[in-house]
Amino acid sequence: MTVKDIIEKLELKCLNEANLFTEVTGAYASDLLSDVMGNARAGQIWVTMQTHKNVSAIASLKDLPAIILVHGAVPDIDMLEHAREEEVCVLVSKEATFQVCGKLYALIG
Amino acid sequence: MHYTFTIERGNFTDAGQASSSVKRTLKQLGVDPVNIKRTVVALFEAEINAVAHAYGGTIDVDIDGEKIVMVVADEGPGIPNLDLAMQEGWSTASPQVREMGYGAGMGLPNIKKNTDDLKIDTQVGVGTTVTMTVYLT
Repeated sequence: MTVKDIIEKLELKCLNEANLFTEVTGAYASDLLSDVMGNARAGQIWVTMQTHKNVSAIASLKDLPAIILVHGAVPDIDMLEHAREEEVCVLVSKEATFQVCGKLYALIG
Repeated sequence: MHYTFTIERGNFTDAGQASSSVKRTLKQLGVDPVNIKRTVVALFEAEINAVAHAYGGTIDVDIDGEKIVMVVADEGPGIPNLDLAMQEGWSTASPQVREMGYGAGMGLPNIKKNTDDLKIDTQVGVGTTVTMTVYLT
């Protein structure tokens, strides 16, 4: 399942197109940045409601191809700019973390 | 190879630049991805700790064929109780820092898990120097 497939299946809004054809190996949901730093694995999609620049920095450092911001969260401008520079896909769901994770689990869990 | 970076108090916007830059260099050098990941996690956490708690500091990174040595030295409040600081879940981060998703007390434990050698010299009211080594062989 690629990032593009997940965008379509979950009807996500894409704010920065990147890694569309990257294979997604799983997902990690957390709003604690050190939790993600310590425990997320390369290839996973990150589900969060954090919207600041360090989020795109961590996604890039950990080789996470895409971030899903939940509940229609709006990323900070510098987060989006950084995601463009570092080629991290930034996606937004209208739904909350529980619903997004449930759908992801059904697809790739 | 030697690299130096500057840490500014409270400047979360630029936090991660040192880790990003070191990651790029290690990739170019063909370092094993597992060691790149360990290095990047440790350096990022140390950088964030200094941004969140200290008044400013420097990061020095030395890379040779055998190891990566990262020294994060800050001027700051120091760590009054290092044993507590090393405990998972213990944090003295401000509410603002916690709102950003930090301050879960996982930083130093993450550093310890991802380095082969960790040395912390700290003096209350003066500052803290964290020396982290990742062996490549």
